[in-house]
Amino acid sequence: MDMHATKKKLGIKEKYAHMTRGLDWETSYQPMEKVFPQATFEGIKIHDWDKWEDPFRLTMDSYWKYQAEKERKLYAVLDAFAQNNGHLGLTDARYLNAIKLFLTGISPLEYVAHRGFAAAGRNFPGVGPRVACLMQSVDEMRHAQTQIHALSNYNKHYDGFHDFKHMLERVWYLSVPKSFFDDAFSAGPFEWMIAIGFSFEYVLTNLLFVPFMSGAAYNGDMATVTFGFSAQSDEARHMTLGLECIKFMLEQDPDNLPIVQKWIDKWAWRGVRVLTLVAMMMDYMLPKRVMSWKEAWEIYFEQNGGALFADLARYGITMPECLKQCSIDKEHIGHQAWATFYQYGGAAAFHTWMPSDDEMDWLSSKYPNTFDKYYRARFTHWRNEAEKGNRFYTNTLPMLCQVCQIPMLFTEPDDPTTICYRESEYDGEKYHTCSDGCKHIFDDEPQKYIQAWLPVHQIYQGNCFPEGTDPTVEGFDPLAKVLEYYHFDMGNDNLDFEGSRDQANFAAWRGMATKNT
Amino acid sequence: MSKVFIAFQCNEDTRPIVEAVLADNPHAEAIESPAMVKIDAEGSLVIKRESIEELIGRTFDLQELQMSLITLSGHLDEDDDQFKLSWLN
Repeated sequence: MDMHATKKKLGIKEKYAHMTRGLDWETSYQPMEKVFPQATFEGIKIHDWDKWEDPFRLTMDSYWKYQAEKERKLYAVLDAFAQNNGHLGLTDARYLNAIKLFLTGISPLEYVAHRGFAAAGRNFPGVGPRVACLMQSVDEMRHAQTQIHALSNYNKHYDGFHDFKHMLERVWYLSVPKSFFDDAFSAGPFEWMIAIGFSFEYVLTNLLFVPFMSGAAYNGDMATVTFGFSAQSDEARHMTLGLECIKFMLEQDPDNLPIVQKWIDKWAWRGVRVLTLVAMMMDYMLPKRVMSWKEAWEIYFEQNGGALFADLARYGITMPECLKQCSIDKEHIGHQAWATFYQYGGAAAFHTWMPSDDEMDWLSSKYPNTFDKYYRARFTHWRNEAEKGNRFYTNTLPMLCQVCQIPMLFTEPDDPTTICYRESEYDGEKYHTCSDGCKHIFDDEPQKYIQAWLPVHQIYQGNCFPEGTDPTVEGFDPLAKVLEYYHFDMGNDNLDFEGSRDQANFAAWRGMATKNT
Repeated sequence: MSKVFIAFQCNEDTRPIVEAVLADNPHAEAIESPAMVKIDAEGSLVIKRESIEELIGRTFDLQELQMSLITLSGHLDEDDDQFKLSWLN
């Protein structure tokens, strides 16, 4: 090498330029379009990949250094938490149910994100985005691992943590987040970047990781808050990648605008629907609340998303039309989702319950326009019935939206007492969606969404029983067989929190931790 | 004008960072939540390496922010001396 060593080290801008430029080459044995077959079919036109600028300019050596340090800090906390029986410092064992949902519904998707970014990195012909996707792919793997490690400690003591991977591929409510990622992964690399890199990371993960994780801290879950913030520190990089990707596409060619706008509209709505689960976690499942879903939505979506769209307006991007419905929905979705899970509490791998009077007062103060008017009476009735020994469980199965796969539980935008149903026809068959947003997505790509694996349809078709099940035998109990197929431990993983094994164990162990007898 | 923000974990490493950011950005406001502090600022926010170094008494690499950063919003421009967030509208 004939490079001169200079006294001054390279600044990060130069270091990053060396790392991401000039390392690439044009292929000669095969034409470039055969080496990168996914780069053009979506219609996005890129003229100069070198115009890509990664704002964080993190080079591989600093990446390993800081990530290693983050890991050491995180694992020190996890060890301390486990060694000191940290689980007994939780506010209330009800809290555990929020992180059961997290482990089964969210952590496995970090792994899918790892695969998706590895694929996107492979498929982009530009070296800048390829390096950024590589780092994000490694990050996502780290998130899956650290979340599973952190939450495995709870599996030693409590129900419902034992088989998240098996459950993700089968259970009715887990198909909601799973199908979101499957939808994104089965699109091309540019749409994937909008779906995950932009809508999910930039617009939505703040709502998942920031107030919810602060809530974990408030509820004494040191392990979760630490992995959550550790993951979110990577998300800060991912968000800038997602935003950069949008800007890059829009600056490269004016023909990209309508395609990008269509994807933004689609994925903003898809993301909003998935977040229904988080709304319910924040408003109902955290015994000690940091802020309501509505407040979190206003800060992280309306204020932050508003700023973002105002900024993108210079490229001609407009706020997705369907999001107008969100300012109505923010006052309802958490209550509607919790009411649904309460009724289907026999078929969920976590416990459900009705809020106490104090908690209902908190809900009325946070939702002055809706909670008392539409939900309090119903919830009080259910609670009274449960106290009399008539805990209500529904035994039927709900109709699912063909796109978001959420049960049809949402109400009409102008009438919170009427369930919203939309219907489309394709190839002589009827398909149902939960909203104008989902119907619009279906109608745009019906060939894709008619292939959805809808858990309720699959149960009715007899595809969700353990092998060798004979549904014709006398006294056949379909629900029990479905739960067996899901690997749920009937009576321990599901049903009401009141009277559960988690509740009894937590009380007994906490008693042992504070008394000598 | 829209707001940018940045949030850090609450710990001994971030205390001087937050102090420096608030001193360098008089228009910024810190909002504390359990385990985190979020700093909001109209239009833009700048984090200066020198101001942090002055408070901690050692050299500081702005990429160390990665260790305790939770989230941010706005376009980022980072070099060796400053880390700037802004909206262009």
